[in-house]
Amino acid sequence: MKKNKLFDRKIIKDSIVQSFVKLNPIYLIKNPVMFVVEICTIIMLVEVTYSLFTAHSSPIYNLIVFITLLFTLLFANFAEAIAEARGKAQANSLRKTREETPAKKVQAVGEMYMDEIIIVSSSQLKKGDVFVCETGDVIPTDGEIVEGIATIDESAITGESAPVIREAGGDKSSVTGGTKVLSDKIKVKVTTEPGESFLDKMIALVEGASRQKTPNEIALTILLAGFTLVFIIVTITLKPFADYANTPITIASFIALFVCLIPTTIGGLLSAIGIAGMDRALRANVITKSGKAVETAGDIDVLLLDKTGTITIGNRKATHFYPVSGVEEQTFLQACLLSSLADETPEGKSIVELAQAKGTTIPTNYQQAQVTLIKFSAETRSSGVDMNDRRIRKGATDAIRKLSEKAGHPFPKEIEEQANKIASGGGTPLVVSENEKIVGVIELQDIIKEGMKERFERLRKMGVKTVMVTGDNPLTAKYIAEKAGVDDFIAEAKPEDKMEYIRKEQQAGKLVAMMGDGTNDAPALAQADVGVAMNSGTQAAKEAGNMVDLDNDPTKLIEIIEIGKQLLMTRGTLTTFSIANDVAKYFAIVPALFVASIPALQGLNIMKLSSPESAILSAIIFNAIIIPALIPLALRGVAYKPIGASALLRRNLFIYGLGGIIIPFIGIKIIDMLISLVF
Amino acid sequence: MSYTELLGVLLFFFATFLLAIPLGKYIARVYAGERTLLDPIFNPIERTFFKLCGIDATKQMNWKQNLLALLTINMVWFLMAMFILMNQSWLPLNPDGNPNMTADLAFNTSISFVVNCNLQHYSGESGVSYFSQIFALMFLQFVSAATGMAAAAVLFNALRERISDQLGNFYNYFVKSATRILLPLCIIVSVILLFRGTPMTMEGKDTMISMEGDTVQVSRGPAAAFVAIKHIGTNGGGFFGVNSAHPFENPDYLTNIVEMVAQTIIPFAMIFALGFYLKRRKLAWMIFGVMTLGFVLLVVPAILSEVGGNPAIAAMGVDQSQGAMEGKEVRFGAAASGYWSIITTVISTGSVNAMHDSTMPVSGLTQLLAMMVNAIYGGCGVGILNFYIYIILAVFISGLMVGRTPEFMGKKIEAREIKIAMIVALSHTFLILTGTALASFVFTNNPEIGWLNNPGFHGFSEMLYEYTSSSANNGSGFEGLGDNTPWWNISTGIVLLLSRFIPIIGPIAIAGILANKKYIPESAGTLKTDTGTFGLMVFAVIVIIAALSFFPALTLGPIAEYFSMR
Repeated sequence: MKKNKLFDRKIIKDSIVQSFVKLNPIYLIKNPVMFVVEICTIIMLVEVTYSLFTAHSSPIYNLIVFITLLFTLLFANFAEAIAEARGKAQANSLRKTREETPAKKVQAVGEMYMDEIIIVSSSQLKKGDVFVCETGDVIPTDGEIVEGIATIDESAITGESAPVIREAGGDKSSVTGGTKVLSDKIKVKVTTEPGESFLDKMIALVEGASRQKTPNEIALTILLAGFTLVFIIVTITLKPFADYANTPITIASFIALFVCLIPTTIGGLLSAIGIAGMDRALRANVITKSGKAVETAGDIDVLLLDKTGTITIGNRKATHFYPVSGVEEQTFLQACLLSSLADETPEGKSIVELAQAKGTTIPTNYQQAQVTLIKFSAETRSSGVDMNDRRIRKGATDAIRKLSEKAGHPFPKEIEEQANKIASGGGTPLVVSENEKIVGVIELQDIIKEGMKERFERLRKMGVKTVMVTGDNPLTAKYIAEKAGVDDFIAEAKPEDKMEYIRKEQQAGKLVAMMGDGTNDAPALAQADVGVAMNSGTQAAKEAGNMVDLDNDPTKLIEIIEIGKQLLMTRGTLTTFSIANDVAKYFAIVPALFVASIPALQGLNIMKLSSPESAILSAIIFNAIIIPALIPLALRGVAYKPIGASALLRRNLFIYGLGGIIIPFIGIKIIDMLISLVF
Repeated sequence: MSYTELLGVLLFFFATFLLAIPLGKYIARVYAGERTLLDPIFNPIERTFFKLCGIDATKQMNWKQNLLALLTINMVWFLMAMFILMNQSWLPLNPDGNPNMTADLAFNTSISFVVNCNLQHYSGESGVSYFSQIFALMFLQFVSAATGMAAAAVLFNALRERISDQLGNFYNYFVKSATRILLPLCIIVSVILLFRGTPMTMEGKDTMISMEGDTVQVSRGPAAAFVAIKHIGTNGGGFFGVNSAHPFENPDYLTNIVEMVAQTIIPFAMIFALGFYLKRRKLAWMIFGVMTLGFVLLVVPAILSEVGGNPAIAAMGVDQSQGAMEGKEVRFGAAASGYWSIITTVISTGSVNAMHDSTMPVSGLTQLLAMMVNAIYGGCGVGILNFYIYIILAVFISGLMVGRTPEFMGKKIEAREIKIAMIVALSHTFLILTGTALASFVFTNNPEIGWLNNPGFHGFSEMLYEYTSSSANNGSGFEGLGDNTPWWNISTGIVLLLSRFIPIIGPIAIAGILANKKYIPESAGTLKTDTGTFGLMVFAVIVIIAALSFFPALTLGPIAEYFSMR
């Protein structure tokens, strides 16, 4: 899903066809503003036909009004169609991955429950079925690995070419239909019914088929319907007023006045804005389960972020080695190196890297030596190696301290001081012992990602409080929190702590967003107002959240919040623009309606429009073409600037409010000049 | 034009403003249930009455119960007034022997006093007895003002920072408004009027011999008390037919000041009371600022056009250096009369000290606009209720504009609130335009019906004004309209009824629903509603909703007249 151009030829062609299809009143009735425009268009069609046979009004003028109204409708439909088409284009690329794939279903046969593999179509897989995937197979549907480990190419859905590892058990056990197994063999249990898989849902959403109006959209529709009603009253009552003043007004003029006054601009663009919002989320590789979730994201007050991978680069890295006095540096380095050879954790690897960079090599006798690798266990809370008679261990300060004190060696004071110094500097001390004697301490440091401070500052200006969640001790957590610029932290966090924190904030009326991947995150993801699950996460996490991030990028939430805000802002500013336009339209149409019988009202014609007919036509033509003119804005969204709510309101009021008053004056005048050139 | 006239106008405004701040503080105290100096006098009386009526005034009620209490008691008052007005000829205190009212006139009169409008399709001298004046009309002037204030008090209560459906007690707010706020102020005003010559007597007409030597019958009555509450309660119904242009109702320049201050003070003070009550003074200043901006934009053109004189009359060779004095009292002058005409229309008083029919087209336009907006200061209590609707709509649009679900005072504004707000905003437009449209239709098809003294644009303005005044619960008349006919009595009566209670029910319902919603504390992303920027937004919403929908109608009335006169 790479970014595509705002409009491409095929999309435009499809959308034009759709604009006509969408003229169907059954479809249009969902949008009250455009529906009344359609009624007006039909009335005008009757009026055009009628005026052909009677001489009560000019058929040509009527025809132009009719055509302009028709185009107003088509433009509005086009806006929606193009937003949908862009979504559909994305959906199609997704759907390609959904095409029927053969699935190797595991079937229990006979009384022996011997498993037999039969080939079925992916659409025949039901929830609970188990299938097998081997190297080169496309995974037929969403599921959870029950057995095995595999590298998987998820580029079909994420666009990311680097393969990922998925394995049974743990937090990386879920696979998505459409992705491809690159190596090894896995047994997968189907987690969704056919047609309900993640991709199916996503396709339906982006195509707009299952798009439901969000609460804000409903409220706005009511507001717009209210405005429409006001102007129905204004237009209908004008008839007796005009009769009283002996000023006959043609049906075409009544309809022109009405259509110009009702908020057709926002009415025509409203659904396009909503679809485009979800589309933007999709472009950011985030799949939302509903449009509401995107809107809610814009309201988020508190953001919970995991430290590891979000604020800091993946894992801690070794930065310094401090040997205890009396131990040669190279000796210590070698001990460190040996202790980490079997350590597959990123921390362990970083120790090896750093030690080697400092010139230490693996002792030559290593190959012949009798080596026992000691894996980290929760019991000893240390790991290391037994090489011949050397017992090298490394671990947390208190664990190694216990070990050495048990053997009757004192714990050096300088090491204790050094360890504390490291901890208060945000690092993690790892104490190393050889034969239960302390030889030194390794400093591991968290590396804060670049640009995080600026991002948190931006969030703060948006009014979002950031909270770092970490398993570190409070001292380390505090240091990193301060360094990274987050507002708060949860140290030594257990999954329940997250949940507790979310509840507490929600009780205070805040909206909370969080990102998670593990099964133990699922309750918190469900509790949070916006829960973003990583695509690599477990099925449980994905089910619990209301968005899934295909890139597994923990900082994605920041983008989502901005997308949510943009969505609301685009609606708000275009509503303001649309209503502000009425001022100029009034000044074009009202004098035109009455000037024939009340010449004094020429004084109201401040735009000096050439004739009443051209004034009315200019206004409705402007009203029609402003819709396609604003489609790019509706699709792209109004730019969000974190400058504080009042400043933002000032800015938008200036651009879209004042602009909304001035632009139609200019536009109508230009159209009028063009019309008077023709006629 | 003399500068002293303009200085006078500035004095009216600033005097009111300075008096309104302490009064606002006092009103906030009253509604917060704090002790006041008047408690020792009124508490025992109130307790007795509440006991007799079986009302527990300490019981907390939700918004529905409060509204039910409000509507029921208003219904009772309406029936009572109908009865008195239709039987006044035999009831006591009728020294001039005025006849009973017809049913349609009694309907219109009762409604219009119940709803704080005082449209008055009768003339006080010949249309009502003293008994009716005191026990039907003056009584209603008190209770209708107190009803509006009590409704505002329920709103204040609902806006507090908490989650609850307990919004105080209507009866308590109502009685406190009448006894602690309206009554003491009325006593002050009526005493001043009394000393300046306003009559306060139960005797019938007096006889005097005019300078020409004719014997003239002069109506009088208990006017001083009546005129006080007429202004304090923003009622506007005159004791005499010509209202405050009458020398007994408004004897001199000083009483003119007092009456002008009196009608403006509670609407001003209610805004500050909101700020004190909620401890959000900046919000009060925002509201006051927006209202004042609107007021200045209306009052300045009105005063300028009045002091500028009438070009049509100037063309006849009549001196216009004193301003357009046709239909005005010499003792007040053009500027003060222009100012009054806007004060009385922005606030729903509707008392007049000059003939609005004779004001210049620009003044007519601004008077109409003032009532069409109906939320600049506004009537006793209800002004703030109307303004609240505009705030809700402004919050909604601007909330979207800053990319956040709209919220006001920590409560989210959602579809239901917008629906109610739109119904309220719509009803005003609907009542004015449909009423005028029907009247225009009837008149166009039956020109002989004899409603209008002036056909043409001015006649249209007269009809438009009548419905606007009714729908704004204002009660002033453009006059020149033959309005004591069943058509006008009944149609404006219906308009009055709807336009009073929809804008009370709507805001209270919204506030009640919001009060029960989750409270969201402010964050940096929250749009502050007590800023100038937001004020500007509210102002824009007012202009768009209230002013724009009336543009075509105004074009055929005062605007066409203005351009024709040039």
